[in-house]
Amino acid sequence: MEKQSSAEYIINIKNLDLFYGKFQALIAVDMLAQKNMITALIGPSGCGKSTLLRCLNRMNDLIRGVKITGKIEINNLDIYSKSTDVTELRKNVGMVFQRPNPFPLSIYDNVVYGLRVAGIRNKTELDEIAEKSLRGAWLWDQVKDKLNHPGLELPLDQQQRLCIARLLAVQPEVILMDEPCSSLDPIATMKIEELMIELKKEYTIVIVTHNMQQASRVSDFTGYMLLGEMIEFDKTVNIFTRPANKLTEEYISGKYG
Amino acid sequence: MRINPKYTQWGAVTILTSATIFTILILVFIIFFILEKGLPVLGLSFLTENPQEMGKAGGIFPTLIGTIILPVFALLIATPLGISTSVYLAEYTKETRITKVIRFGTDCLAGIPSIIFGLFGYIFFVITLGFGWSILSGGLTLAVMVLPTIIRTSEEAIRAVPNSYRKVSFSLGASRWQTVKKVVLPNALPGIVTGIMLSIGRSIGETAAVIFTAGSSLRIPSSVFDSTRTMAVHFYILAREGISSENAYGTAATLIIAVLFVNLLAYYTMHRFIAKRS
Ligand SMILES: Nc1ncnc2c1ncn2[C@@H]1O[C@H](COP(=O)(O)OP(=O)(O)OP(=O)(O)O)[C@@H](O)[C@H]1O
Ligand SMILES: [Mg+2]
Repeated sequence: MEKQSSAEYIINIKNLDLFYGKFQALIAVDMLAQKNMITALIGPSGCGKSTLLRCLNRMNDLIRGVKITGKIEINNLDIYSKSTDVTELRKNVGMVFQRPNPFPLSIYDNVVYGLRVAGIRNKTELDEIAEKSLRGAWLWDQVKDKLNHPGLELPLDQQQRLCIARLLAVQPEVILMDEPCSSLDPIATMKIEELMIELKKEYTIVIVTHNMQQASRVSDFTGYMLLGEMIEFDKTVNIFTRPANKLTEEYISGKYG
Repeated sequence: MRINPKYTQWGAVTILTSATIFTILILVFIIFFILEKGLPVLGLSFLTENPQEMGKAGGIFPTLIGTIILPVFALLIATPLGISTSVYLAEYTKETRITKVIRFGTDCLAGIPSIIFGLFGYIFFVITLGFGWSILSGGLTLAVMVLPTIIRTSEEAIRAVPNSYRKVSFSLGASRWQTVKKVVLPNALPGIVTGIMLSIGRSIGETAAVIFTAGSSLRIPSSVFDSTRTMAVHFYILAREGISSENAYGTAATLIIAVLFVNLLAYYTMHRFIAKRS
């Protein structure tokens, strides 16, 4: 019974504590994210949103002095168990960063980077996946005639979609986005938001955002975090219309941060 | 009383500009001076003929060979070793007391006068290991001498590669080594090449470390166990023993042109590489 109900959740975080040295950045965090849904994490600056996100693809492993206790399951597999292959995990749980960060390579080489790393050499296969990924990120029409141009030559919003295409190419199940629109203008932001809603048909998305309108526009579930704790986690409509916790209400109504 | 910023600005510009002009003038003067004295003897025969009477007459062909072979030998050893060390220091270790000691050590080594390396090479490679005065001894000594430069410049270049590249690479499932190979090293390449260029320049121009270890034979070497003479050593011997000042300057002019050529070639290849990548 227990097993069955947790099966529809692709991400299951249980009682997660995280320390940067002596500083505790996450305190007993619980969170469930459903497949093909967008889950948003909101909260004031420094509350631990990015930290929590980085736990999901173990990017925190790269930071010195990080200690984690608790459990994170993705597809019912404990991602912090000794037998986890971190590179496989990262292919399955991809990440879009705050600033668009294409490599100083051509558009094409950017998109196929993850594939090449995975040992795929076959040119037709690479071409196929590159096109599919660029289409998936709504970038194909803009770049199909200039795949050899530097990725860094694109306007910022296209660069961010190039990063998304690069991610789609490794065929993840989960996409983590850490304030993906914070360096984009409102029109580009809208476009990325529409893209996210399209992407959730195939992927599960967890997004960190400072922008509460954005969270209410795109997400299905929202978690409100404060000082390392998950204060409230619920359907987005509930969080924004009838939050159960007074702290959430204060934040939503703009009394905080 | 405050001086009007206009005047200080004017003063700063004047001082900086004159310093630059002064530096360039000195450089131009040295090159001009040597080329003026050296170019008259420089010709195809000077480069392709064997020297006669210890270099009083004839050309400098064997020293050309020596000047190419010793730095090449040295760099073949020092480059992979130096880059590996710098990758290890910059990517694979955390900053600990040991890495600090290694870094301090390489900095110290970089500042040691080359004659000390010459003496070390003489005692260690020539005598102890029994390599004699040879390309082997000379090349190894030069390698040891330029290693710190290569390590430090490469390490700086590697550290200057934006961390976001590494993060993205890891997030796409790349291992650290794949990240180093595909992202870090290509982006650090210009800096690494600069270090190698400096090292080539230093090895080509080196006398003290070479004369004690590779000797100064004017015969054309047939193996790495033979002695050889570089242009710099040839120049030194010609000038010091008063054998022939014309040929000494001819050698010096060749040397300068060679160094210039190597540098231009390196910058050209590097710029092509960068242009191709971005
Ligand atoms: N590498 C690190 N080492 C030490 N402390 C860190 C590190 N990264 C983050 N922290 C601390 O952990 C806390 C949570 O940081 P985090 O970046 O997760 O917050 P955030 O909610 O994403 O903030 P923001 O909205 O500003 O991005 C902060 O107090 C921060 O100072
Ligand atoms: Mg953050």
